Order: sequence, then C-alpha cells, then structure tokens
Amino acid sequence: MRGNRRPVARYGLRFVALGYLLVLLAAPVAMVFYRAFQHGLGPIWSALTTSEARSAIEVTLIVAISAVVLNTLFGVGTALLLVRRRFPGRHLLDVLVDLPQAVSPIVVGLALILVYGKFGFFGSWIERNGIKIIFSLPGMVLATAFVSLPLVVRSVAPVLAEIGDEQEQAARTLGASSWQTFRRITLPSIRDALAYGVVLSLARSLGEYGAVTVVSGHVIGKTLTLTLFIDERLENFDQPAAYSAAVLLAIIAMGSLLISRRFRTRSRSVA
Amino acid sequence: MSISIRHVTKRFAQFTALDDVSVDIPTGSLTALLGPSGSGKSTLLRVIAGLDTADAGTVSIEGNDATHLPPQRREVGFVFQHYAPFKHMTVYDNIAFGLTVRKAGKAETKSKVNELLELVHLEKFQTRYPDQLSGGQRQRMALARALAVEPRVLLLDEPFGALDAQVRKELRTWLRRLHDDMNVTTVIVTHDQEEAMEVADEIVVLYDGRVQQVGHPNDVYEHPANDWVMSFLGPVTHFGSLLVRPHDLDLAHEISDGALPATVVRVTRLGFQTVVDLDVQGAPIYAQLAREATDRLTLEPGALVYVSHARGEVLPAAPAIPVPAADSLL
Amino acid sequence: MPSWWAARSGKNSRGGTSLGLGLVTLYLSFLVLIPLGAVVWKSQSNGWSAFWHQVTTPEAWDALKLTLTISVGVALFNLVMGTIIAWVLVRDDFPGKGAVELFIDLPFALPTIVAGVVLLSLYGPRSPAHVDIAFTRTAITVALLFVTLPFVVRTVQPVLIELDRDMEAAAASLGASPFLIARRIILPNLVPAMLTGTGLAFARAIGEFGSVSLLSGNLPFRTEVSAVNIYNQIQSDNPVGAAAQSTILLVIAFIVLFALDRLKRWGVHRG
Repeated sequence: MRGNRRPVARYGLRFVALGYLLVLLAAPVAMVFYRAFQHGLGPIWSALTTSEARSAIEVTLIVAISAVVLNTLFGVGTALLLVRRRFPGRHLLDVLVDLPQAVSPIVVGLALILVYGKFGFFGSWIERNGIKIIFSLPGMVLATAFVSLPLVVRSVAPVLAEIGDEQEQAARTLGASSWQTFRRITLPSIRDALAYGVVLSLARSLGEYGAVTVVSGHVIGKTLTLTLFIDERLENFDQPAAYSAAVLLAIIAMGSLLISRRFRTRSRSVA
Repeated sequence: MSISIRHVTKRFAQFTALDDVSVDIPTGSLTALLGPSGSGKSTLLRVIAGLDTADAGTVSIEGNDATHLPPQRREVGFVFQHYAPFKHMTVYDNIAFGLTVRKAGKAETKSKVNELLELVHLEKFQTRYPDQLSGGQRQRMALARALAVEPRVLLLDEPFGALDAQVRKELRTWLRRLHDDMNVTTVIVTHDQEEAMEVADEIVVLYDGRVQQVGHPNDVYEHPANDWVMSFLGPVTHFGSLLVRPHDLDLAHEISDGALPATVVRVTRLGFQTVVDLDVQGAPIYAQLAREATDRLTLEPGALVYVSHARGEVLPAAPAIPVPAADSLL
Repeated sequence: MPSWWAARSGKNSRGGTSLGLGLVTLYLSFLVLIPLGAVVWKSQSNGWSAFWHQVTTPEAWDALKLTLTISVGVALFNLVMGTIIAWVLVRDDFPGKGAVELFIDLPFALPTIVAGVVLLSLYGPRSPAHVDIAFTRTAITVALLFVTLPFVVRTVQPVLIELDRDMEAAAASLGASPFLIARRIILPNLVPAMLTGTGLAFARAIGEFGSVSLLSGNLPFRTEVSAVNIYNQIQSDNPVGAAAQSTILLVIAFIVLFALDRLKRWGVHRG
C-alpha cells in the first residue's frame, strides 16, 4: 500500500525505534566523545603518544594485519571452493566457516592455550623448537584470525555465486590457465566484495578483546593491543588515557562502517 | 454505468500519468484499457481500485462516489500481473482469504472455495503452495481469489503478460467465456492490441495519459480517431500524411489515378494471403493481398507494378526512405 | 608455471580442488577444529563426573543460570525491537535515516571493551544523567542489548525489502485492514528471518565478555556471567573447569545454530 493511512501507528513506531536507538546507542556514544574531547585534542594526543600507547598501536596493527592477510587468503580460497566446486562435505565446510561466530571469545582463547600453550597438545614440540605462541604475538594473531574467520568468505561468496562462472569458462576456452583466469577474470570481478570483506575483517581484528586478553600475557610495551591497553589503563585509574584510546577505536569503527558501505554498494551494482 | 471516471489527473513527481481522464465503463461489459507502457492504463486501473489516489477528479462505482474510499471498501476484485500470491498460504487459503477476512462460516467458506476451485480447474491443487504451481495456474488462483468475495467490479492488470504465448491465448479465451457466464463488470489492462481486440466488448485507447478513443474493437480498428491510434492498432505504411494498412493496398500492372510505381522485391505466399515486399522509390514497404488477387498478376522480383489504395484514395507521396539507426547493421 | 596449473580436462580441475581443499582443511583444523576439540577433550580429561562437578559448582552454576536467563530475555526483546527498527528503516522515511541506517551496525564494528566504556560513560558512576547501573544485573542486560542490537534488524531488513508489495495490495482489495495485513500477510513472511536473527543474538549474548565484564563488575553470584567465570578459571589455573563450562556454552550455541539451519531449509519451501 502506498503510504501508511494511520499516521498514529507510523509515528508511534518511529518514536519507539528512534527512542530506543537514542537511549542505547546514540547518547552513550555521544557521551564518550564528549568526555574524551572535553579538554580539547591536547590531552588525547599526549595520552596516545606515550611509548606504551604507541607500542599498543604498533602491536595492534601487526596482529590485525597478519590476521587479515591469513583470513583473506583463506577466505578467497574457501569462497572459490564453496561456490565453484563440488566435493563431498561441501555443506559441512559451509557450516564450519560460520562456527567462530558461535564461540565466546574467552573460549577461543582457552582453546588456543590448550593446543599451543606450554602444556598444550603441541606444547612440547613448540617448546623444543624455541617458538613461543601463547603469551606472544603469534598466539594473538591466531586468536584474532579465529574470530574474524568468516568475514571475507561471506562477503566474497555471494558475489561469486551471482556473477556466475561463464566469464571464467570463456577465458578457459580462449586458452587461459587456472592462475591466469583467476588473476585476470575472477579477481577483478570480486574486487569490491573482497575490499568490503577485508575492511570488515580489519575492523573486527583491530577491535578484538576477549580472545586476545586470554592469550596475551599482558606485557606492557610488548603484547598489549589497543583494547588491552584500554583495560590496563582502566585498572590503573587512568581514565583519560582509556577514553582516548576508546575514542580512537570508536572513530576507526565508524570509519570502517563508512568505507565498507561504499564497497558494499559498489559490489552490489557490479553483480 | 458501472464505473464513472471524471477528470482524473494523477502525477508522480514530474511525470503526469493521467491527464484529465474521463471514461465510463458500462455495467456487465468487458472493457480493455489499451495502450503502450507509460500511457497511464495501469495507473487508471489502480485509481479505480483505490490502490492509488488521484490528484484531481472523481471515481464512482455503481453510482456511489468512491473517490476517497480505501480499497478495502470498494468491493473491487484485483488481479495483478505477477499474481501477488500469498506465498505462505496454500491455494485453498489464498482463495478463502477474502472470506475469512469477512468472517464467513467454515462451511460456507468451504463450499464457496470448492466451487471456485472447480471453476478454475485447480481442485487437485488446493493443498499446494503457490511456488509449486505454474504461472498459468497461479493466475487462475489469483482470479479465483478475487472472485471469491463476489466483487462488483473485476480489475485485471496485464494478467497474462508474464505468461508464454500459448498459455496466454488459452487463458484469454477462458477469461472471455468466464465473463460471459458470470457477467461481472470487468476491466482489463493490456498493451497487446490483439488481446484487446479478441477479448473486449469495448476498448479504451490510452496514450500519454489521455484517452485517445473509446469504442467497439472493430470501430477502433476501422475508424481510428487519429494517426497514432491507427498505427498502434495495426501495421501501417505512411504515404506522406496518409496512413494505409498493408491489406488496403492494391497492385496492378497498369497505372491508375493516385497510384505509385514500385518494384517487387519478394513474394511470400502464406496460405490464403500473399505478402509482397515492394520498393517504392527506395522505401521498403509491404502489401498484404488475397491469394486470388496476386494470382492474376505476374509478380517476379524486379517486376514493375503500380501500388494504389484499395478504396480509391490518392497516395499523396512515396513513403520516406528510412534513415538507418546509428548502430544498425543494415 | 608448473604444468599442473594449466587448464585442461576435468582431471586437473579436480587436482586444483583437492589442493585447495587440503589447504583450507589444514587451516581450519589447526585454527578452529583442533583447538575446539581440545576444549571438549580437556573438559572430560578427569572423567565425566569431574566434568559435571565443575559445571555445577555453586558459582559456575549460578553464572550459567544468570547468563542463560538474561540472554533469552535479551534475545526476545531484540525479536520485537529489531523487527520494529527494521520496519521503520524500510517503510518509513525521516531526516537522518541514512545515518541511522549506517550506524545500526556500530555494535558489530565496535570492540566489546569500547562498548563497555561507551555505556559506562553515560550509565556508570559518573553519569551526568545520574543513572548508575554499574555493578547491577541491569548492566548485563544493557550491555547485551547493545552488542546484539544489529542482529535481528539485519536479518529482517532484506526480507522486508524484498517483500512483494502487491501481496499487501491484494489483501487490501480483498477487504483486509492494515492491521490484518500486517498480521496475516507481512509477519508470517518475516518469521524465519526474525527467528534467525533472534537465534544469532542469543548465541552472541551467551558468550559476551568485554562489555559485560566492564559494566557489571563481575560480582560472583550477583553479576557474574559464564564467560567471566570461565576467564577466572583460566586465571586460577583450573583448565578443566574452564573447559567444562566452555563445552556447555559451545553445545548450547551449536544447538541453536543447528536449529537455525533446519529452519532456513524449512523456510525455503514456503517461498
């Protein structure tokens, strides 16, 4: 029906929805920004340029980017397998990819410790070879990769399915090898969807807290990500620093929403 | 008069869909609203149903002013081009919907629905869901659903447009017969002039948001109100400012008043008809003649003949040589 | 390029599939499957009675009851609220709708600890509105509502957009009031999506850590959720206890996901 003939119902629903969003989302976020910027940019800048803050930023970037690279490779490969190939267990793989979404981040941390920790399954092998996974960066990369696993797969797969493989088949008949077909036909066609997935994955990886807090070891200056930095600063009653870092992460989150939206609409119009 | 539309105007942003349209639909008739896309025919139908509101003008249904009534209260049955089935309900529940809304008793509903299922030949499908039916079956279900509440007026918006040619023809004939049995005032929107001519008692030709002509199918075909209507209803050739139908052309070996010289390009015999492709001073046209007429002539490719109007009118000028479109291969 | 990359008959295509599948399976196994398996294995490594003992200690059991109760409540609340929000976003128009549309996803993108800081700033001890819910059960509810906000909205919205408006017009022409149309035509078509979103929200809620731990103060027997208790068990070197509770959470989440998968298949038939 064109238009709602009952303005009361329409305004009522609108009021309820917007009111709820205001109270739960908009007001608290506005408050955090207010608190952080209350005394201008100066305090924020100094809070975020201490050596601890800077190393937290550095650690966050290393861990997040590593996790994103791993998941992008995995994501594209898995998407191709799920959409373009048939094999026994395909539905199982499809379900497994979504598994990480159902796992509490604390459980993720525990799971990784039980396998890669000193007393874990591979613990002794790892010790013998002098590698440190848990309580060190590699463990944090694993934890971050775990939680953001499905994101690239789930953005690329639908677009792959919608585009269809006719172009790839045409390339094959013209003599292109698998790799050439992938690089020159498939990859360009999923470029926007892939960018969307990568941005989502990066945002998620930059913001992981629960899983990383378990496997981290919390060594200031070495194994603290920004989220753990916030935690550490709150414990030391350093609210300004905690708020500064929180606002930084909030801005990154909002930025990633804006950027990823652009990629999402572009990927839809191509497909 | 079953439906009276007076001075209805409807605009969508910058686009005027209906421009001061006035039409009367006789009670019990099957009227076709015929026109190309964008002519306003669907909009007019929706305004009659109350699914869209006119910016100006009035709509009366059986003498009552319905202009401001919501669709729920107009007692019109509406059948959509894509059937609009209630996907989550069975065929039975779809058809029964209007009756359950009116809180009809279970037994009464059952008998009415069964009656309609028989009418549309869907008895065996009543427990199926719409996605398990073919297009033609879904449309029959949609029709039964609309008829279940015994509407005063039945409105069909390009009901057969989404079906393939064979099914379309069958349903067209079936609809005509259904109408003759039930005698409910029916308005059907179509862009297919063949469909309108075959099915309707009366045709309302619409173009550019305005009524071009109203009349019996033969009338509109034989005596079109203007050039546009003529060319829309059937094939025409433009001889200068005169529009002539291919079957209104005569061919002869001798020149006569008002005739034009032409060269035969191709002769195609189709049963009792022959189609002759001609070149008239560079312009390609074709004439449609009865078999006997062409048998009397020697028509070889390259032969010279004279083209004249069958009813004696003078052909004022040769047709314009068509300019090929920029991207044409010809 | 090695010859086996070249596109020839299906023989090589199968080779590519096997290789890809192998790599993907390897990655999944070492990152997800083995670690999760280790959790389950560890949980019963002292026997099943030890397992149940760990799960039913007063503190753990209380935490589990609290977690499940509040999560169910939050999920159901989201069922209603999320549908309303989706409705308003699709069928209504107002200035600023674009911004709302974009920032609904903020809880997805925001780190959980930052969500905690955000809520704490407005609804914590130094709240300018003098609303202090820190250290209460209400805090858990609010934190969970925040992080699960987008779930139902985002699953219902696309279905609502795709809904055939002609169905509603048809119902109107048959005499149905707008309320009846909403109840008998629109809602039934939304139910699968609504349930999917609710299930996802529930699965997310039972495992939430960062925001809840910050806001609720984690008071045992009062505001301690399972994820926090598990974290405590890890810290107190009780891996079996941690693993046992984790296994319970995993099982619950998997049951929910399984049920959703079933639901999706059932929903497909109904168009």
